[in-house]
Amino acid sequence: MAAPLALLLIVAVTIRAALFRTSLANLISERVEVVSPLNAWKRVVEGLALLDLDISPYSGDVFHETPMVIYLFHFLMDYAEITFMGAGVKFSSLHLVSQFRKQKFALEADRIPMDCLELIRSPTEMYYIPLKVAMFYLLNPFTIVSCVAKCTCGLNNAVIALFILSTMRGSALLSAIFLALATYQSIYPLTLCVPALLYLLQRLYIPVNVRRSSFWFYTLQYLFMFLGSLLVLICLSFFLLGSWDFLPAVYGFILSVPDLTPNIGLFWYFFAEMFDHFRLFFLCVFQINVFFYTLPLSIKLKEHPVFLIFMQIALIAIFKSYPTVGDLSLYMAFLPVWNHLYRFLRNIFLVSCVLLACSALFPVLWHLWIYAGSANSNFYYAITLLFSVAQILLVSDYFYAFLRREHHLTNGLYLKKKDGSEATLVLK
Amino acid sequence: MAARRCLGLWFFLITLCVVSTGADVLHTTPVTGTESSAAGTETVVARELPEAPSDPGEHTAAEPTREGEQNDRTRGGEQTLGQPTREEEQEQEKTREGEQTPAQPTREEEEEEEEQEQTRGEEEFTREEEEEELTREEEELTTEEEELTREEEEQTREEEELTTEEEELTTEEEELTREEEEQTREEEEEQQTTAQQEEQTKRWEATELEEEHVHDAAVPPLAGDPPAADPPSPPPSKDDFQEELVIRPLHSGDIYASFQFRTVWDADFMGDQKVSHYRLFPKSLGQVITKFSVRELHISFTQGYWRTMQWGQPYLPSPPGAELWVWFQDTVTDVDGTWKELTNVLSGIFCASLNFIDSTNTVQPSASFKPLGIGNVTDHSFLRYATLPREIVCTENLTPWKKLLPCGSKAGLSVLLKSEKLFHSTFHSQAVHVRPVCQDPQCRTTSMELRQTLNVVFDLHTSGQGKREWSLFKMFSRTLTEACPLASSSKVYVDVTDNPQGEQFELSPATPLLTQAVVLGDRRTYSVYDLTQQASFGSSRSLNMLLRWKNSHNNVVPPVMLRPLLHSERYVAGYGLQAGEIHTLIYNHHPYRAFPVLLLSAVPWYLRLYIHTLTVSSKGKDNRPSYIHYQPSKDRERPHLLEMLLQLPPNSVTEVTVEFERALLKWTEYTPDPNHGFYVGSSVISALVPSVVAMDTNSTLDRPLFSSFFPCKEEASYFMRVYTEPLLVNLPTPDFSMPYNVICLTCTVVAVGYGSLYNLLTRTFQVDEPSPGLAKRIANVIRRFRGVPLL
Repeated sequence: MAAPLALLLIVAVTIRAALFRTSLANLISERVEVVSPLNAWKRVVEGLALLDLDISPYSGDVFHETPMVIYLFHFLMDYAEITFMGAGVKFSSLHLVSQFRKQKFALEADRIPMDCLELIRSPTEMYYIPLKVAMFYLLNPFTIVSCVAKCTCGLNNAVIALFILSTMRGSALLSAIFLALATYQSIYPLTLCVPALLYLLQRLYIPVNVRRSSFWFYTLQYLFMFLGSLLVLICLSFFLLGSWDFLPAVYGFILSVPDLTPNIGLFWYFFAEMFDHFRLFFLCVFQINVFFYTLPLSIKLKEHPVFLIFMQIALIAIFKSYPTVGDLSLYMAFLPVWNHLYRFLRNIFLVSCVLLACSALFPVLWHLWIYAGSANSNFYYAITLLFSVAQILLVSDYFYAFLRREHHLTNGLYLKKKDGSEATLVLK
Repeated sequence: MAARRCLGLWFFLITLCVVSTGADVLHTTPVTGTESSAAGTETVVARELPEAPSDPGEHTAAEPTREGEQNDRTRGGEQTLGQPTREEEQEQEKTREGEQTPAQPTREEEEEEEEQEQTRGEEEFTREEEEEELTREEEELTTEEEELTREEEEQTREEEELTTEEEELTTEEEELTREEEEQTREEEEEQQTTAQQEEQTKRWEATELEEEHVHDAAVPPLAGDPPAADPPSPPPSKDDFQEELVIRPLHSGDIYASFQFRTVWDADFMGDQKVSHYRLFPKSLGQVITKFSVRELHISFTQGYWRTMQWGQPYLPSPPGAELWVWFQDTVTDVDGTWKELTNVLSGIFCASLNFIDSTNTVQPSASFKPLGIGNVTDHSFLRYATLPREIVCTENLTPWKKLLPCGSKAGLSVLLKSEKLFHSTFHSQAVHVRPVCQDPQCRTTSMELRQTLNVVFDLHTSGQGKREWSLFKMFSRTLTEACPLASSSKVYVDVTDNPQGEQFELSPATPLLTQAVVLGDRRTYSVYDLTQQASFGSSRSLNMLLRWKNSHNNVVPPVMLRPLLHSERYVAGYGLQAGEIHTLIYNHHPYRAFPVLLLSAVPWYLRLYIHTLTVSSKGKDNRPSYIHYQPSKDRERPHLLEMLLQLPPNSVTEVTVEFERALLKWTEYTPDPNHGFYVGSSVISALVPSVVAMDTNSTLDRPLFSSFFPCKEEASYFMRVYTEPLLVNLPTPDFSMPYNVICLTCTVVAVGYGSLYNLLTRTFQVDEPSPGLAKRIANVIRRFRGVPLL
């Protein structure tokens, strides 16, 4: 296990190092799909330059990172290493994440009907999952370009990975701290609070019961740790900066979407074309999408908090206001964990084709619009729309497959109708 | 009708009389007209009699002061008081009409005129005719009511005819003494100046002696005038109006004409007491200054770009479009609110789009715009600066600008300002500058100065038809016939520095008067035409200067590139609509002196500047600015402001580059022609440029207006401002035709996400029991009726 991991690490680092040395790095760091106004490296440097000029980086509208990030980079200017480190941490954490999945499946094995044995993953399969996760993340082209562009979403990804890792390890304090850190970086990971709590509760007793007093005690304890560390972080930023300017500049910027620079998400063109008097309404509608699904998903998936984490991360990546391909790569790294769902996926071929085609078309249509002038914004917009549709289909497909597998686990794999003929499963 | 015609004839004769009795009477008549209903005829006598026996020897401030006041009242009073009194007068007139026979006064007037003709010289007579023409024109304009009032005045005057005749005699005596005075003074001047220029027959205007003029200001400086020219000198403690026109032939063959009108008023706008009596100073502007507590106001409207490389430096630089900068007094608490109101008011006054000045194009420069008047204010929070590079300047801006002049466009140099010619030019710039200035060298008291400037460059090919031959008529389609009667000085300067012996071009009519002025670090020689001197107009009674170049084959001008000491260029580099670079090149052509410049650029928020990409290099080396003031932009709130102090090495080009990113705006934020691009206002370069000759540091001395705008602190350098080109930058645009489509499509995608998740969340998996087909169901229904087992 260690040898292939080391090899993988070496390959990944080599690819990145090689790309850093080429002129492609500059090109990639300008790509709107890779960097957003929120996490572009150029803006971090600008913030540092403003800090050097004794101007508050938040007095302008260029810098939107949190104060911790700017002070982190202020002291560690060896930025390439940092980004690598982020990737490395991510890698190792995800590696560990999957190890905990094993226990989960061992538990499941007790209560499944015998004919579903083929649905259960063999220990050898399980053995290689961490490696596959690492590979999916480190060798994903999206991760590579994001890393080469020095996009700070690599850091966010690392923090979220650490959060998942500590949650799997069952350390509530660390989990709360990392979650607070991720929330502090960009508000959306707030929704990961519920699955983390579910997971930690499941470690105590199964099933989770609302009527128990320890449930509430534990929930309050976790929320207290989470909110406490969030408060500490924000206060720390305040003392570092000496003003509350960063709150509107970071969170106001994320929520009100004033910068309409094109990206792969749904917001930019929609709000560029929006009528002013409907703007606030649609802003609320679009932002609520991220948080809206948390409650029903937690009820539906209360037995499967890890899948819930995956769903939440995917929904954040699709519906956040300034998405980049780095966010995409985070939830894509989870896909090998669900490779046992593969047989239930309905349109994975179509979706993967669309995703690939869109990824290729992004730069082409961008060039046609911005540089050649032979296309207009609608072309690029169409591709972002298609890309979003493909992501939604991918996520809902995995959700479908997961639910179907659960159904088969309880009801047997080969369902028969009353008359003995083969039955078809439908959602009703 | 017949009675009316008689009245008209009678009035014509009366005006003849008025002319002959001199402008003293002419100017007092409206006063008596407006006040006659209240004070009666005695007021006229009371006012004019004390002047009559005044001793010619001590003819000093007393008379002009009173006249000035009277003029003042005339201007104010005629508009406000005139209406009710006129009606009364009309009634009175009607009652008197029967008593008078029109023949009698006619005869009397004619006799009077004959007498005058005998006593006067021929020159004066020609002048009289001019005045007649003028008065005839005026006559046409005046309404019947006014005619009636005047007739009534004349009636009263007829009664006092003897006294007026006496007065005439005395005024003539005064004139004689005045002429003597003037002659002696001119002799003095000549003695001093011709000592240096003896070999030349030309006479130098005494620039050094101008101090004397300050003291003499009490005496009408143009004593040689015939009495027909109204003694214009205003009271020394009140206000003063000067006008001048500078004509500079440019190397490119084009011609540059610069008008300056200066009104100085010793009123304290800053104080507590309200200023309510306006004479020469425009009331509309004065009220604005008082209301908004403005310390200094500078506004300019420019069409076209000043080509420094071809034309050299302008006397007063201005950026293309509109520029407005204002220093507020430190009593203003809400500067932004006041600024907003002020721009809206000025927008109304100048008929310009100044109301588009808002927080997104207003900046507070920290160093570039110091007050030009007195007062060392350092807190730049009271300063606001904004440019509208897209503003188009045209007739509707010129008309209100002309209305601020005391003479309007009726008399003086401003008759040349006809829009059809002014706007058929390569460069046109008009400006208004209001600032407090010192009254005396000790600066004990301050006065408000209003400078109105208008600069225009006529193109050799479009305006000059390719011939290098310029005249006033060719440029403005008008000639000069008189000075503004309210002006204390009215001069036309022609730059003849390159033409000392007349070898290049011929200037006709030739003027004997020359002057030198230090302007823009260089000593220039000018031919001066003093419009207050009747002699300037010659026998044709109109001044139409003609500059004719001697070499006919020289008409085709070689493209000469000048090398001004300081000039600059700016452009946008890069391609595509995503990012770009602003390059500013600043040239120092001084062979051995380095000097510092302040560079200010205000860039709109939608071009996101990256200050860390700022590079300054000269001669291939990094040139670190010693001072940087940077204010980052806020989206839809305020622009970027970048100010730098740069040291320009001698004979070098300094290049300042900064990268920017173009933002995608909301579709409603684009201009109606979005693919035309967005303008970025000119950068401003302010510099103290080393001067070749010693600069004149005494700001209170009377100098030609064009050389005395920027205050000069030291002799070795002079202040200069250079504006770069405005930039035109394209931004990426959304498709403006499909907001509905976009809203529908995006919402569909969100609905797809919502729908599929909702589906999976709310439903459960069930074994599909296929429902029977339609035919089967119908058959079953029938079977149920029949009682037959179902299928």
